[in-house]
Amino acid sequence: MRLWSRVPWALGLVALALFPVVVTNPAYTTIGVFTLIYMACASSWNMFSGYTGYIALGSAVSYGVGAYTMALVSIHANMAPGAAMFWLAPLGGLIATVVALPIGAIALRVRRHTFVVITIAIFFVFQLTAINVGFTGSTSGLILPFISWNESYYNLPFYYVALGLVIFATALSALVRRSRFGLQMLAIRDDEDRALGLGVRTTAVKLTGFAFAQFTIGMAGALYAMFVGQIFPQFVFDPLFDVSIALMAFLGGLGTLAGPLLGALILESFQQWLTLSFSNSSLYLILFGALFLLVILFMPQGIVVFVRDRVTRRAAREKAAVAAAETTLAGSRA
Amino acid sequence: MALLSVDGVSRAFGGVQALQGCSLEVSEGSIAGLIGPNGSGKTTLFNVVTGYVRADQGVVRFRDEDVTGLKPNQVFARGIGRTFQLTRIFERLSVLENMLVATQRSEGWLRGLTRSKSSAEEVATALELLEFVGIAELADLQAGALSYGQRKLLELAYVLVADPKVILLDEPAGGVNLTLINRIAEKIRALNAQGTTFLIVEHNMEFVMSLCDRVTVMHQGCNLVSGTPEEVRRDPRVLDAYLGGGDDELEEVAGG
Repeated sequence: MRLWSRVPWALGLVALALFPVVVTNPAYTTIGVFTLIYMACASSWNMFSGYTGYIALGSAVSYGVGAYTMALVSIHANMAPGAAMFWLAPLGGLIATVVALPIGAIALRVRRHTFVVITIAIFFVFQLTAINVGFTGSTSGLILPFISWNESYYNLPFYYVALGLVIFATALSALVRRSRFGLQMLAIRDDEDRALGLGVRTTAVKLTGFAFAQFTIGMAGALYAMFVGQIFPQFVFDPLFDVSIALMAFLGGLGTLAGPLLGALILESFQQWLTLSFSNSSLYLILFGALFLLVILFMPQGIVVFVRDRVTRRAAREKAAVAAAETTLAGSRA
Repeated sequence: MALLSVDGVSRAFGGVQALQGCSLEVSEGSIAGLIGPNGSGKTTLFNVVTGYVRADQGVVRFRDEDVTGLKPNQVFARGIGRTFQLTRIFERLSVLENMLVATQRSEGWLRGLTRSKSSAEEVATALELLEFVGIAELADLQAGALSYGQRKLLELAYVLVADPKVILLDEPAGGVNLTLINRIAEKIRALNAQGTTFLIVEHNMEFVMSLCDRVTVMHQGCNLVSGTPEEVRRDPRVLDAYLGGGDDELEEVAGG
């Protein structure tokens, strides 16, 4: 059974790894890179918000900080354009984590709706600051060192680094879920005061989880900046980023391991495809709205939980049917 | 010598004086009862002792140490466990996981990051305690699926995980059928025989009077009478308190 449950994961990984080998059109591998970046972010976001129930809507701060770390360091250090710039991603993640500590220390003092509102408020403080200070390039943005890889080859390194990020975020989520720390976060989700009364240091646990989750998101932001080559404050500090990753996690299944990955895979690739097909980058918002009405109506706990419930219910039914048949059989023998 | 003592504790919520100079002593190895009309401050007193509510005045001592104003996790770490009137369990965790949440009272927070959810030893202890309260066969079930009575047992079991010196029970028999009430009483006696001290808030007079060594009656945020169950039952002031509150429990006290 345990081995069996790993098969979908292995298949998914193989499919993602082979995708750019099979589909070589750069237009589609570009979609692949963006999709993987969002999968990593949604998974990492879920590691805190899905586990603790604290729905944070300010992760774009981490994404933006990561992106600007990549841009500013590569520009000011006069880095040679190329693969060495990938090493700035962990730095971006680290700085995003450090920036998140004071944010978390303030926002995590409150719960539920108030927490959501505070995170949004803090996000806008950062966005406005980023737009109005000089070193971010303000509204004209920053241009990163130009990487002159061949067009047919350009996407591949980004694709596999992004895939590495997805694996990293997923493995981290799985490890946390198995640790005492993860159990404490889940206990906080169900009843924070009770957890405190049973010896869980809730403040420390929440803050650690919140800061940890920003690391991958910061790395993803850095990778994004390097990939697109030019960044603007209003696009890396984008409120739609947070709405997107939260909705991805909700669609797939909040608090589950596979849910955010699946949600991001569906939504981001769909959005990119719409943008590509209709050259309209806002069309997706309308369709997303409709899709979410459907999800909330028919599977409010997300795809993964919906499917899992179906499967366990069917298994229970079959088991009951077999048991009933055996009793009848035993009865007729007697 | 008192294991737990409350000395002149007051607490107001806005204009309501929930506790007014309340004092109480629980001696080691006893089963103490706390009764009183609704709104007399019993649960607030529990909340003050366990750190959920701050006292405006007064001191709470545990083993001669001042524990007033400590946080709930710190109070728990010193060996004071409690259950809630409306059971509070982690509904989306399994019964066993509920038990494991409580196993780390003296553990540093960083340790939680690096260690797995449970050790074999902790699981064994947890299962033993679930066995003790009689719900071991439900260990893998999601806790939200438990019945009300089973939740009460689970709550008792996971407070026991940390091996507290004193356990504060808030209405352990409330809303539970007679068989289960008897089972809970039996578990309390068994634990008490092993040295655990209890302080019990309960409206079921038969339960309190049969179980407790000493009973304290609270009235309007203050301790009114303390004594053996027999003394308390005879005290006219107790009747007055319940009469003034206009509570149905009057007849039970008088008749029981």
